[in-house]
Amino acid sequence: MDVNKKIENLISENDVCLFMKGTADAPQCGFSMAVSNVLKHLNINFKSVNVLEDENLRQGIKDYSDWPTIPQLYVKKEFIGGCDIIKEMFEKGDLKKLFEDKKII
Amino acid sequence: MAMDLKEIESLIKEALSDATVEIQDLAGDGNHYSATVTSKEFSGKSKIEQHKMVYNSLKGKMGNELHALSITTEGK
Repeated sequence: MDVNKKIENLISENDVCLFMKGTADAPQCGFSMAVSNVLKHLNINFKSVNVLEDENLRQGIKDYSDWPTIPQLYVKKEFIGGCDIIKEMFEKGDLKKLFEDKKII
Repeated sequence: MAMDLKEIESLIKEALSDATVEIQDLAGDGNHYSATVTSKEFSGKSKIEQHKMVYNSLKGKMGNELHALSITTEGK
């Protein structure tokens, strides 16, 4: 399947979709772990996609979002940001608000 | 591959001429940095746009030569 189509399916089928290195239970990068922990802390049910299992996807998601790093968080098909933005939003309470506004929590 | 702190700073300043750039080498390995960038050009832009401006200034090095750069952006 075309990688863009695959990404579109993933973010359409999952309201909260985190592209990360490793899995939510076993992250393989500190930045991915940080975002995964923030989502767990907010009790968000999310789909994690391990880009290390798929080289096409690892590059594909960077091209799709025009964003050079992993992790990347999508909420209802919208790109929210990478690790720095998510952490900053969490600390300011903006992330919780975003999930509330998007009717996730 | 590693990248020099001064090189990161000068690339960012080349793209955002009024920027104040503070960089820390987090692990002392030339590979994990944290940068706080303050610029007037960030005003009215979303965080995603602001971070993209910093990434773009690094001309594709982010995610390649530069493994980890944590970014904080602030308007002036």
